[in-house]
Amino acid sequence: MKLDAKIPAGNLADKWTEHKVHLKLVNPANKRKYHIIVVGTGLAGASASASLGELGYNVSTFCFQDSGRRAHSIAAQGGINAAKNYQNDGDSIFRLFYDTVKGGDFRAREGNVHRLAELSVNIIDQSVALGVPFAREYGGYLDNRSFGGAQVSRTFYARGQTGQQLLLGAYSAMSRQAALGTVKMYERYEMLDLVVIDGIARGIVTRNMITGKIESFTADAVVLATGGYGNVYYLSTNAKGSNATAIWRAHKKGALFANPCFVQIHPTCIPVSGDHQSKLTLMSESLRNDGRVWVPKQKGDTRKPEDVPEEERDYFLERKYPSFGNLVPRDVASRNSKMVCDEGRGVGKSKQAVYLDFRDSIKRLGKAKIEERYGNLFQMYEQITDENPYITPMRIYPAIHYTMGGLWVDYDLMSNVPGLFVLGEANFSDHGANRLGASALMQGLADGYFVIPNTMGGYLGSGGIEKVTIEHPAFKDAEAKVKQQISQLLSINGKHSVDHYHKALGKIMWDRVGMARDAEGLNKAIADIKALREDFWKNVKVLGSGEELNQSLEKAGRVIDFLELGELLAKDALHRNESCGGHFRAEYQTEENEARRDDENFSYAAAWEYTGENNEPVMHKEQLTFENIQLASRSYK
Amino acid sequence: MGWFTKMLTSSIGKKLVMALTGLFLCSFLLVHLYGNSNLLGDPANAKESFDGFSKFMSTFPPIRVLEIGLALGFLLHILQGTILYFQNKQARPIGYAKMPGNETSSLFSRTMIWSGALVLFFLIVHVDTFFVDVRLAQGHEASMYDAVKSAFENPAYAGFYLFSLLLLAFHLNHGFQSAFQSLGLNHKKYTPLIKGLGLAYSILVPLGFAAMPIYFIILKYYPCCGGK
Amino acid sequence: MNLTLHIWRQKNSQDSGKFVTYQAKDVLEDMSFLEMMDVLNEELIAKGQEPVAFDHDCREGICGSCSLYINGRAHGPKQGITACQLHMRSFKDGDTIYIEPWRARAFPVIKDLIVDRTAFDRITRAGGYISARIGSAQDANAILIDHDTAESAMDAAACIGCGACVAACKNASAMLFVSAKISHLSQLPQGKPEREARALGMIAQMDKEGFGACTNTGACEAECPKEIKITHIARLNREYLRASVK
Repeated sequence: MKLDAKIPAGNLADKWTEHKVHLKLVNPANKRKYHIIVVGTGLAGASASASLGELGYNVSTFCFQDSGRRAHSIAAQGGINAAKNYQNDGDSIFRLFYDTVKGGDFRAREGNVHRLAELSVNIIDQSVALGVPFAREYGGYLDNRSFGGAQVSRTFYARGQTGQQLLLGAYSAMSRQAALGTVKMYERYEMLDLVVIDGIARGIVTRNMITGKIESFTADAVVLATGGYGNVYYLSTNAKGSNATAIWRAHKKGALFANPCFVQIHPTCIPVSGDHQSKLTLMSESLRNDGRVWVPKQKGDTRKPEDVPEEERDYFLERKYPSFGNLVPRDVASRNSKMVCDEGRGVGKSKQAVYLDFRDSIKRLGKAKIEERYGNLFQMYEQITDENPYITPMRIYPAIHYTMGGLWVDYDLMSNVPGLFVLGEANFSDHGANRLGASALMQGLADGYFVIPNTMGGYLGSGGIEKVTIEHPAFKDAEAKVKQQISQLLSINGKHSVDHYHKALGKIMWDRVGMARDAEGLNKAIADIKALREDFWKNVKVLGSGEELNQSLEKAGRVIDFLELGELLAKDALHRNESCGGHFRAEYQTEENEARRDDENFSYAAAWEYTGENNEPVMHKEQLTFENIQLASRSYK
Repeated sequence: MGWFTKMLTSSIGKKLVMALTGLFLCSFLLVHLYGNSNLLGDPANAKESFDGFSKFMSTFPPIRVLEIGLALGFLLHILQGTILYFQNKQARPIGYAKMPGNETSSLFSRTMIWSGALVLFFLIVHVDTFFVDVRLAQGHEASMYDAVKSAFENPAYAGFYLFSLLLLAFHLNHGFQSAFQSLGLNHKKYTPLIKGLGLAYSILVPLGFAAMPIYFIILKYYPCCGGK
Repeated sequence: MNLTLHIWRQKNSQDSGKFVTYQAKDVLEDMSFLEMMDVLNEELIAKGQEPVAFDHDCREGICGSCSLYINGRAHGPKQGITACQLHMRSFKDGDTIYIEPWRARAFPVIKDLIVDRTAFDRITRAGGYISARIGSAQDANAILIDHDTAESAMDAAACIGCGACVAACKNASAMLFVSAKISHLSQLPQGKPEREARALGMIAQMDKEGFGACTNTGACEAECPKEIKITHIARLNREYLRASVK
């Protein structure tokens, strides 16, 4: 299989404009004849539903939550980047593009990233028009804050609830289309399979999560906007329901899965408190604007943080990276936190934490200012830990947060399966090996509001899509397989709960496929995951029936997919003999313990093809070419 | 349905009716209290001025027209309140096993229907004593002062009257400021003033009414303290 | 700590449902309330009993999924948080805890502690948006919005649509939810052109769904995990009356 990303030729800055001119169009009167399925209602899914519905397509939108508004984009805290240069601090579309490619450790496509940077400004305009109450200065102009990996202030925010506000904007636009009848909403529906007929995506099979009914829906195009797969690690900042089922099952139907090993570990999360831990809570990266990260210089220092004098504190990020300081990219910050903890200088009961200290900024700006900026985050922290961060520094530790990998897509965001589009975190396209803070919201909305309405027309306008019905054998076959899997899960009645397996998988993943990986550990992880999967199918216990709301059954279906995806993730990590971004192989590091990239051999996206249950996946390479940026070793010193 | 009916039959419109009639009734209470204030002071003069006021109120044509408005105001307030109560109950067919008590709201605000019902019972007795038995049975020449005096000199009646005023105070305590909220008048600058005013109103007006039976009881049992 | 839990169990919307008593042993105070429920569910599964179904997702107080009525309080005894942010240090050894679903005619129970809140989505569809065609927006700084207005709109926009206001209200009224959206959009210049249609449409839908009327008890405000104030309900009343007479 030859992977063609279909990046338009020409000048970087003109690619998207030129491409749009050449895309096919669908006549307004014909649009309603096309049925498009959108799965997922986060930023990408909701904005795609809204924009496609607005164009006049006949859209059906599915989400597993009880309302589209609850998709996990809602939890994004800090902000959204845009190259508006309202601050007059030297920002530009090119600089945002450059920062993003560099932040992604030169493993993203230039064309896609530049388009993202171009569209970033439209997103802010669109969101304001939809009523997103971004923070404003006293003069009435939009305010900005800084985020990691950038030396300009280009992050727009709505308190610590930027994702919520942007999602509610997109959700309201989608609701408007639902009221107009162009979008039909299916809540509490879970997509369980993709139906491919004659090599193109023609519909999905779903389970109604209240009645258990298995239903098929045909479509002229299927859009997956189902988010990332961070929950393969069990503990992550993702919502409990976030899952990879839609993309994984599409993968098993032929869609390539690219760069699964590129997983982002966020440096500022609240540390694990015990075995009961069900998820990890993120403390926004924006906190690093005013918080200083440190550990005691001495090993095993058990003094209270307030009692450690200034000269005995090691502000290790400021020390090692003087020009970016506490605002180094996430992968760098996370790795350094892990390093100081491994040296025995970690703090707190578990010794698996570092301090994020606001003492100096409270002294400089006053408590009121800090409260205005981060009040809700501080409150959230205190709720969980019972410690007051205005008095004692926060304890933080890295946690799984975002997955840069995902289904392979071309420039049009279409996967290698024609008619299957993948948007937002679910695809692999824009962030390379590491995503910069405040860029996920940007990508989700760029894909949904501005890319898909154009490229969808390009696909549908090319014609050649025959009508199908759910009576087609491909649908019947997919339904039968879904039903068979459900009854199999319910009939095992073994010894262990689904969560037992999920936790066990999470432990393997975190220990061996986490922040630092090596060949030996990865090989062991692959073997362990296989064994765990076999045990799952023998000993899992799922109670209840399939014809009712059954949360254990829902979880079981998702965990099976994680058990398969985890293995592919480890295999991808094993094959990539370099360190880049979120992928750190202990064997490939510099003398200063920085990631050592291998551009000569690994400057490509690894897109994996599913070849059957017990067969090895086949890797296809998409070579990355850099025409506008000089490949350089990433330095934030 | 016209816009007006549509507005008044919506949940907000119903509250608007409650608020407007409630505030109207509040203003009536003030007039009533002013009239009652004629009862106090030297009994001979008081009788003359109170009877005079009472006669004026019951014969002056514009007041008679307003009286119809008042009756309608009461009726609307009571009917709408009762309808809302039952509709609101329907909004939660199955109740909770555990209730928050006063942790999340005040007792007065939750028991408006009951304080209102008891005030209504009082109103019926009140109308019966002074309107049916005196005005209707005896005509305009009867002395309302004597009727009031004889009613309030009965400790049981005075006690019932005082108890009802206490409930009225509860009803007003929530009702007064709540009416402004229903009308959409809530603002960080003037709402504290409305709340203060409501609190003062709900205490002072019932206290003013309570002064009459207390005055007559004292006059009867301790004539030395009251007058001749 | 050890706790006695009385949990509402109901097989489906047709079942009449009942309380079932469970003993939760060795609960740690660092656990969140939902983690305590997770542990209970694991024990139930081990015993071959069906786990308790409850809605939850982000577990950090923003998605609005969790909807537990704990000991007479929506989202439990603490103010300004959701049930998933409630930690067991708010309880003590030997406590008895009643856990019920939201109760409202407009929120029918689906199973155990899960209720159907799609009424909120239908209300939003009746006008809770600004009709801004995608791609047609002018520069974000073209219309200035003063800091305080933006902040006040944000106060209202913080609503997570959890339904605690409905659960807490003695009338199961949805006024705080509706007012949050109306207040958010009507304060912004971008939301003004449609303010009348929005107020009329959303209120009509709210009434149609079978929520009760507001009697200004303030229980919603006391229980709102985002501490949205009933001043927004007053603004909704104004907007509605204004829209009606215009």
